Formats: sequence, C-alpha cells, structure tokens
Amino acid sequence: MSDSFDLVVIGGGPAGLAAAVQACEFGLSVALVDEQPEPGGQIYRVVERAEAEGRARGLGDDYRRGLDLVNAFRACGATHFASHQVWQVESDGRVFTSDGTTSRQIDGKRVLVAVGAMERPVPVRGWTLPGVMTVGAAQILHKSIDLLPEPEVWIAGSGPLLLHFAAEVVEAGARIAGILDTTRSSISRAFMAHGTGALRGWRYLAKGLGYLRKIRMANIRRVTGVEAVEAKGDSQIDRVRWRVGSHWEEAPAKGLLLHEGIIPNTHMTMSLGCAHVWDAHQQCFRPLTDAYGATDVGMIAVAGDCGGIGGARVAECRGRLAALGIAAALGCITDEERDHRSEPVRREFDTHDAIRNFLDALYAPAPELLAPPDDVVVCRCEGVTAGRIREAVALGCRGPNQVKSFTRCGMGPCQGRMCGPAVTGTIAAALDTLPGTVGSFRVRPPLKPLRLGELAALGDGESAE
Amino acid sequence: MDVIVIGGGLHGCSAALQLALRGQRVTVLERSHVGRHASGINAGGVRSLGRDLSEVPLSVLGMEYWQRIREIVGDDCGFTACGHVKVAESADELVQLETRAQTLRCLGYRHEEVVGIDELRRLVPSIAYHCVGAMVVRNDGAADPFRTTLAFAARARLAGAVIEEGEAVVSIEREGGAWFVVGQRERYRAPIVVNAAGAWGARLAALIGDTIPLRTRASMMIVTERMPPFVSPVVGGVRRQLSFKQTSSGTVLIGGGQQGRVDLDRELGWVDVTNLAKSAAAAAALFPRMRAVRIVRSWCGIEAETPDRIPLIDFSAAAPGFINVFGFSGHGFQLGPVCGVAVADLVTRGATDLPIGPFTARRFSTAVAA
Amino acid sequence: MPFIQDGSMFQKPPERSDAILVEVEGRSVLVPRGASAAAAALIAGLPSTRTSPATGEARAPYCMMGVCFECLLIIDDESSQQGCMITVRPGMRIRRQEGAREL
Repeated sequence: MSDSFDLVVIGGGPAGLAAAVQACEFGLSVALVDEQPEPGGQIYRVVERAEAEGRARGLGDDYRRGLDLVNAFRACGATHFASHQVWQVESDGRVFTSDGTTSRQIDGKRVLVAVGAMERPVPVRGWTLPGVMTVGAAQILHKSIDLLPEPEVWIAGSGPLLLHFAAEVVEAGARIAGILDTTRSSISRAFMAHGTGALRGWRYLAKGLGYLRKIRMANIRRVTGVEAVEAKGDSQIDRVRWRVGSHWEEAPAKGLLLHEGIIPNTHMTMSLGCAHVWDAHQQCFRPLTDAYGATDVGMIAVAGDCGGIGGARVAECRGRLAALGIAAALGCITDEERDHRSEPVRREFDTHDAIRNFLDALYAPAPELLAPPDDVVVCRCEGVTAGRIREAVALGCRGPNQVKSFTRCGMGPCQGRMCGPAVTGTIAAALDTLPGTVGSFRVRPPLKPLRLGELAALGDGESAE
Repeated sequence: MDVIVIGGGLHGCSAALQLALRGQRVTVLERSHVGRHASGINAGGVRSLGRDLSEVPLSVLGMEYWQRIREIVGDDCGFTACGHVKVAESADELVQLETRAQTLRCLGYRHEEVVGIDELRRLVPSIAYHCVGAMVVRNDGAADPFRTTLAFAARARLAGAVIEEGEAVVSIEREGGAWFVVGQRERYRAPIVVNAAGAWGARLAALIGDTIPLRTRASMMIVTERMPPFVSPVVGGVRRQLSFKQTSSGTVLIGGGQQGRVDLDRELGWVDVTNLAKSAAAAAALFPRMRAVRIVRSWCGIEAETPDRIPLIDFSAAAPGFINVFGFSGHGFQLGPVCGVAVADLVTRGATDLPIGPFTARRFSTAVAA
Repeated sequence: MPFIQDGSMFQKPPERSDAILVEVEGRSVLVPRGASAAAAALIAGLPSTRTSPATGEARAPYCMMGVCFECLLIIDDESSQQGCMITVRPGMRIRRQEGAREL
C-alpha cells in the first residue's frame, strides 16, 4: 500500500520548499518528506515557531526570508510528511520512510533529493569527548530553544558560520571564551583571485565584516593562524589546546565548538549510484547534475546544498530550477517555457552565487585537516584511528571500502558519514593521490538505522511462513 | 610459472596456498582485491549441516581443516565451533528432520542430531516459543569471511605464491601446450589454469569454449547494531529462509538467500527492499525480541548457482590443463580449505582421493575439446 | 555517582510558561517546548549521554542534526533512539544507553 505523487521532494530546507511551491504552481501533485518536525531545514530551522514566539527578529533578516518560504509552502497544496526519515530511495522513484514506528512507501514519478549539507567532519585530538560539538549544533540549539553557550566555551575552525554564530551569541547578550581561527588564506589573497565575484556579492562581504566588528567590539579573543586544536579532559572536556606556528597554548574550557565549513550530504545520492565528482574548490564530493539538477540516474534530481554548497538563496533558485526541469520532463510545460521561465531564476542564482568562489578560496581547508595524526580517532562509531587506516593502506588497501573491511571503519550507525571525508583524505595522502581517485564508501540501505520489526512489517506483516 | 589461478576469493587463495606448499610456482589474478565478493561478505557459516548428500563426505572431511585452521594459515580466522541449529517450527518439520537424520545414519554419518524443545531452548534461549525442536551439528561453527580469505592469501604469499590484484583477465589462449592469459597489465603463461572466478566462472570458462550453466545469485545480508552476546550457534529454519548469527563484535548477521539484483559487469549488487523485508520477517519470527533492534546496513553479495546447486570441481571437458572450481551455489565458504587441497591434487597428480566425484564437468559440458 | 551535575556547557534557557516536564535519568527537568531529547539531556547537565559499545568511552551529542549518532538514548524504554531527532513530550523518560543495547 503506497502513496503516489508526481514529485516526491526529500528535505524541507529552502531548496525543497521552493521546489515544492514551484511544482504545485504547475499543477503537479507533490509530497515533501522531511525528517524534521517543522519545515525550514537547518538554515531556517523552526522559523515558524521562532516567529510565533517573537524571536525571529533577533535571528536576522535572512531568517524572515525563510518564513516567507515556509508560508508559501504551507499554502501551496503539497502533502507534507513531517518527522519522516527516509531510509531508502530506489532509482525507479520509490521512497521508503519511517515515522519512528511504521514504515511506508511513497512513490514519485520524479524524486528530488534536497537533503542539504552537513558540517565537514574534521577529526581532531579529543573530538569525541563530551563537551565537543559542532558550531552548527550550537546554532541549532540557539535557534530552536534559545540556548546559549556558557562563557567558557571556545569556538575553533574556519568559515562564515563560525563568525556568524559568534556574532549571534554576542547579539543575544552572551559571550564565548574565544575564537581559534584556522583560516589559512587571507581576505586579500582570496580577493585577488576572486575580487569580481566578491564585489558582486558585496552584501555577503558586508555581513561578514559586520560579524567581525561585533566580535571585536565585545572583546572576544580571536586567535588567528591556528594550525592545530585539541580537546583535553578525562570523561569530558576541561581544557582546549591550540598551536600557532610552533607555540602551544592552553586554556580551561567547558565546551568546544568546531567548524570547518560545510559539505554536501551525499549519502542518499551515493546510495542511488549517482555519478559524483570531487570538487577541488569546495573539497568535497558532489553529485553530477545538469542545469536543472537532473542526475544520471533516471528519476532522480538534486537541488540545494546537497548538490554543492551555495547557501540558502542559491538553494532556493536550484529548487525552482529543478521543479522547472521536472515539470518539463513530465510534460506540464514545454522545454521552451521551461527555459524561458528559468532565465530570471538564473539571474538571481548568479547574484547570490557570485561570492562563492571567493568564500571557497578564503576558507579552503588545509589538506592536513583530513589526514590527521596517527593517534586521532577518525571513525567515532568504531574507534578507528588514522594510524590504523594508514596500516591498512600499507597492507594494500586502496580505497575506503577495502579499509572498511580491514578495520571496521565505517561500519557503525553513522555508516561513514562522520569518517568518510577523513578516510578518503588519509588514504589520498598516504597514496599521494587525489581524493577523487580514492573514492568514498559504498552506501547501502537503510540510510538510517531501521527497526527490524518495521522492515518485517513492510513485507505485508506475515508473521508465520 | 606452473599454475595461473584466476580469482582471488577463498577458493582461489586456498588452491594457491596448497599449490605453493607443494612447490608449484603460482600466480593468482584477481580483478579487484582479495575477498572483494562472495568470499569476503558471506554469512561466515562454517556448516556441514543440511548439505546436499553429494557434498556431505567432502564437507565432513572439510571440517577437520577448520579445526586446524590456525595451523594451516597462521590465524584462527575468528573461527568458533559454536554449532549450527536448524529449527523446526511444526511437527511436520520435525519429522522432516528426523527422516534426514535417519538417511544420514544409513550412509554412516552421525553429525546431524535431532533434538527436542528442551535442548533447543538450552542451546538458543531466545528462540520463539512456537519452535518444537531442531537439527543440530555441534561442531559446525562460524568464522570471519574476510579475515579468513585474507589469511589464506597471506599464507599463500608466504609460501611463494604471487597474488596480482587489480588484474582482470582480458583473454585466454592455448598454444603449444600452454595457456596464455592476458590481463589488464601483464601477460601470463603456464601449463595449468585454475578457474576460481566464482560468479564470473562461467564467463571465464566460455573464453576457452567451455559452456557451464551458471545462474547469478544476489543474496542479501542484514547487519544490526551491536548487542551484548545472547545467541551462540548459527540458527536457520527448515522451510524458512534464514541464517542468523551473532558476531564477535555483538552485531547480528541475518542472511538466508533472499535475492536482490546484480550487475555482473560493474560488480555491483543492489538490495531489493521487498525481499529484504522477508529476511527481516524470518528473523523476527524466530527471534521475536529482535523486532526493536536496529538494522544498520544491508548488502547484496554476488554468487552463482549451478542447476543442481552443487559445485563444479573438475578438469574442463573443453581443453586440457584447465580446472574449474566454482558454482558453490551459496555454500562454498566451509569447503574453501579442503577444496584447495583437492585442486592441488588435481594439478599435481591429475586426480584426488578427496570425495569430489559428484562435482564433475561431465554433467554439464557440451563443449568440444579444442 | 550522580549523573546530573552542574557544568553544562549551555546556560539555562529562559523560563517559559509552556515548558515541558520530562525525566532525565529519573530526575524531573523542565525543558523548553520543542526541545529534542538530546537537548533535554544537555540542559539537565548530563556529562554524557551514552558509552560507546565499541570502545566503552563516554560520549555526548555532537552534531544535533541526525548525522553523528552520538545521541543514542533510551527513550520511554525504547533503545537506540537518536535523541536529537525526537521532540520531547510531557513525561518522556530519557535515559543514557550504556554500551550495546539489550535485546
């Protein structure tokens, strides 16, 4: 027993929401499946509730854009499957989801994967200690329930989100102990390479400079040129250590928030067997798509950050383009109409994408970040260190899947999401080759751990043979 | 070079080891890496229980190799003699088991033992209440398939065998009493070729004009999250397709032969959710408390079966000096160590005393000798 | 050894009238409506939410968005639940998961 739609959108962020709205405008029947209880994805998390609670304004103007998008989605007529985790997508358009108790099958003539991004998992010494989280995690807690870090919490890493969150904390009247900035490049160097784009995206630049100013004015210590960060403690973090050049420093810490940029969440597209390419600018794998987000796998299209990092406004544009492509593929509009309607979307896309190369260059992660020292745990689930991975390479392993068979790395509940980038990076460094050549883990269903009984019930609930 | 072995799975590496130990100069050509397919990702069942009668003698002899596995390869391969239990869920099924046990006894084999409810509950405390008895082989067990295959490869190398990974076979020609095998990188020449290419065995045999009926199988496996130890033997059902085994890391492996889809050219398997649900249902039926346990991953292994579901271990009828050893039809793992000896016998003496009589080429071959 | 300690890395959230009462390790805790079970554990000041079945180490939530699986908790007697993906309900019982889940 399954539900059927013209289009099944997976993911409730700006790309998915915009695609659903656009597709409904063409009269397509649309389902949007979202693992979150409320639409908005990560960037516009709980935007409706924040508005209702009067907190939205404090979270910035961009956040309000999210509210408009969510309101449009609520009105568009799409069927909303909230709090549904997708655990399998078949290339013929069958989507299997779980609401935590029961699994169901949702069929689409087309499926749009809009599952967004995740923080680049960068293993550092002590990162598995309680009290070490991502900046994104802290931002989620702030957006969703107004939690703020204690003053003895440090932030470490590089990227726009780092400064954005620190400024957010200051704006909310709280503080943090300091920022350990691992950014290697400089604004001037990135500007020299991508100045035009940076100027076109001057609003984003201005925002970033605004964050820096706020942080400076709050007298929050910012250490630049940090080359290594460590969390120290017994069963939870109590100190943070860092190195600038050859000089180590240490400070007490109640928490450490890490961030080294975001990368596409490719778990689902990889499970579908979509072709992926190693993007050297963004230092991540991303699915190969055409101008409308279609992949090389039949019914599957991609939109938003899971197809390559672009930010919320770019994600919206990609969502609309994907819907246009799908509407044309399903015969609702002609190809000419699709191309015509896509022109203003592409212009908007270009405006918001202009800053991207500059940001990628400025915040490019150092290659060593994904090839950590031997004693650092790479696979959190199974406790496999970088050294163990290098041992496996020395024994002849040439790729992540072979390393997995040797070491159990990637066999835990997260199925390689957290260790994938560093496994690829460590192998690539050991073999002196490119990450794209090394490849990534094979992904198999279920995409999220699924109760045995729930899978069993899917087969018509036969209890006896 | 004396022998070229094609296929770096357990059977290829086992043959290479035994050949090298006899002073033969062996090269193994493996298209991907050792243990990439069925050998590395099967359920790890070291089973003599429930075999086709034609396999019983070889399998029972083969068990002795597992008992000495550390001697043979220098690694215990994770082997434990935890026993195999085949559960009867009804009186009818129990009668079936008793008939089978009787048949085996008439043939002189006593390893398969029928037990009642009390002994079943003692062996498998968490088994579902409706189960009435079981067939038990106490000395059967389980091992780590990837580790086992690697151990055979390592020991073979130590004995002098060469294993070339990433070396797919492009063509095979016979000329002047020798085989010329062209790989992706190099060319190889030897008087004897051993075809241990598993699911690709028939394709390889076809290169020399040997037509072997082989159907690709895509058997699926499920692995769960880790759990504290709660079940020791490997458990299966009579009519119910199930293989249920808790590993040393606490995860539970659920197999049994439900089929996914396979692309032989791309060496890829695809899970079929509908059939996977049947595997899950089978496990939940025999172990009801498993319903709340989480599946972490499933996969689809590439195997192949012959029409009569017993292997081919014999010289090719199509050409001299070519030995086929594949078609284990989903139950080749336990036979790996002993088959290596059989193949080494065939290579060095032209015959073997091991009971491989039923696994002839004659029963299939329609090819004409070159 | 008490599991609830001060020393949470987050400040106590602002008091709200629609806060929800849950149980964390047997102790009643008021958490904001819309909080996840993992967030509730953090607010309650649990030094860790589980011990790893593979290594025995103490672990706590890392990503809060369903990717890291460190927030596996026993919620209302159901094991291995991703705490960050479950919104609190009144009376929800949240407990740490020590090592491998039980059958």
